[in-house]
Amino acid sequence: MPALRTEFCGLTLEHPIVNGSGTFDAIAARRAFGDALLEDFPFAAYVSKTVTLEPRQGNAPPRLWELPAGLINSIGLPNRGLEGYLEHDLPRLAELPVPLIVNVMGFTREEVATLVEAFTAREEVAAIELNVSCPNVKTGLLMGAEPAEVSGLLDLVRPLTRKPLIVKLTPNATNPAAVAQAAQDAGADAVSLINTLRGMALRPGSSEPWLGGRTGGVSGAGVRGVALALLDSVAQRVSVPIIAMGGVQSGADAAALLGAGARLVAVGTESFRDPMAGRRVAGELEERAEKGQLSAILTPASRKIPA
Amino acid sequence: MSAVAEGSRRTLAPLGRRRVSVTRRCSYGPYVVIHCHDESAPAPRPGQFYMLASAERWGGGEGERPYLPRALSFLRAPAGTDEVHFFFEDVGPGTARLSELEAGEELWLAGPFGVGFAPPSDGGRALLVGGGVGIAPLAAWQDELGLDADALLGFRDAQHAEGAAVMAAAQLATDDGSAGHHGLVTELLAAELDGGEEATVYACGPPRMLEAVRVMCSERAVPAQLALESGMACGFGACFGCVVATREGYKRLCLDGPVLDAAELLTALTPGAGH
Repeated sequence: MPALRTEFCGLTLEHPIVNGSGTFDAIAARRAFGDALLEDFPFAAYVSKTVTLEPRQGNAPPRLWELPAGLINSIGLPNRGLEGYLEHDLPRLAELPVPLIVNVMGFTREEVATLVEAFTAREEVAAIELNVSCPNVKTGLLMGAEPAEVSGLLDLVRPLTRKPLIVKLTPNATNPAAVAQAAQDAGADAVSLINTLRGMALRPGSSEPWLGGRTGGVSGAGVRGVALALLDSVAQRVSVPIIAMGGVQSGADAAALLGAGARLVAVGTESFRDPMAGRRVAGELEERAEKGQLSAILTPASRKIPA
Repeated sequence: MSAVAEGSRRTLAPLGRRRVSVTRRCSYGPYVVIHCHDESAPAPRPGQFYMLASAERWGGGEGERPYLPRALSFLRAPAGTDEVHFFFEDVGPGTARLSELEAGEELWLAGPFGVGFAPPSDGGRALLVGGGVGIAPLAAWQDELGLDADALLGFRDAQHAEGAAVMAAAQLATDDGSAGHHGLVTELLAAELDGGEEATVYACGPPRMLEAVRVMCSERAVPAQLALESGMACGFGACFGCVVATREGYKRLCLDGPVLDAAELLTALTPGAGH
């Protein structure tokens, strides 16, 4: 897709559509669909599920609640931990035909530093995304909620790696744009937004929470307007590239985020409904490009640059 | 699970979802059966499932939901045809919409997903135990095993028991005694298991029934495979929403199930799907 080729932190991507972390398990998808997945991979780069230092089982079920235009998930970041990821997951993910972005989360800054150092040493990894925003785990909110917290984290981990560092912003912070500014000022190469919004559901006919984790994260079409508004506020504050996401289901949705200042657009919940949604959205974008509808918004000069 | 074991129990899904036509709709009591023309897909293994959503009017209407596709085991995929059949009951916004589909209408289909049943390891007798809409995956399994696979089916009442017509040679039980044995299908199972002949049990039904089957088989050291259900957003391992607790930790039903060995499970009492 030459018309959609996109530069992102030194990477040249075939198109601007990637996946949101934790919304597409490429290893599992290969078990379900076979190697056909590698021949027609839906994303231009692959963002892996959050890796923590220690293995995690995740939250007790039930983990999902359907909403009128989306869902609440309370998954709890299950993963094999750093050691298990390096041994089992990384070799499989390195077989994907696109660059690999590893998403990491720590419960302390030192844990994040350990993860960043470990992945800096791996040439399979093209970039590292810092999850400072997962609302499912109690301590996950801390590092992304305030500008000073993000600055402190980056002051520690920025010197540890020359790989691109992406800070994934939470919409549950008081002022996400200020957090984005702090991330840029402390050396982040890019920011991504939005992670899920905190949500809750009750067991039908009771006042008890339905989700095993009590609360979860809201995603899907219903958050599209929230994502656009936050992107708009962040794009006015930072000049680093932005990966935008939130309820993207079509090329039109992706075009809107690109027009509002995103460099890349991530597809998340829509992949649950349509496993090849990433490919479809990219194709719909390409159609727009062929009709000349994208040239204006894809020209960097047209982007808002902060004064 | 070894690749060999999984290979005989899993047919790979064509990449992505596809738009297929409904060729027939019929009903058995409160249950609906739809036949879909699915020419691109290889034959699924009994116990596997698909994700379904109507092509038109899926969400956004008066009821606002459904938003996500619904996971349904297939009832039957007759050899030599391009058909796959589904069996379900209108119990929520997703199945309500699916139950409105008429011949000529279309739906989005992805799958087959998951791993299905494995034959009895000793080549011995198979005993199929179904409850309500859970009889669906057992029909395809009975077709494959042959009529010597005895089926014990439990329903709420005689009206629901009309669903038993999709299977051959079944003993019935109903909660209200309006058809067959007055009581639980697990009472029929106990009588069979205590009757002597060794068997492998294959069960699908509501969580309380499956838990009773699990305990009963565990106490008697009878091998059992349970087809479980969970709310599921994707069907192919992406959402991590469908886990069940096993002796090796949480497992995703869509990848490692929906058929699991009963001996692996800590409990079969899952929250269910909430269609």
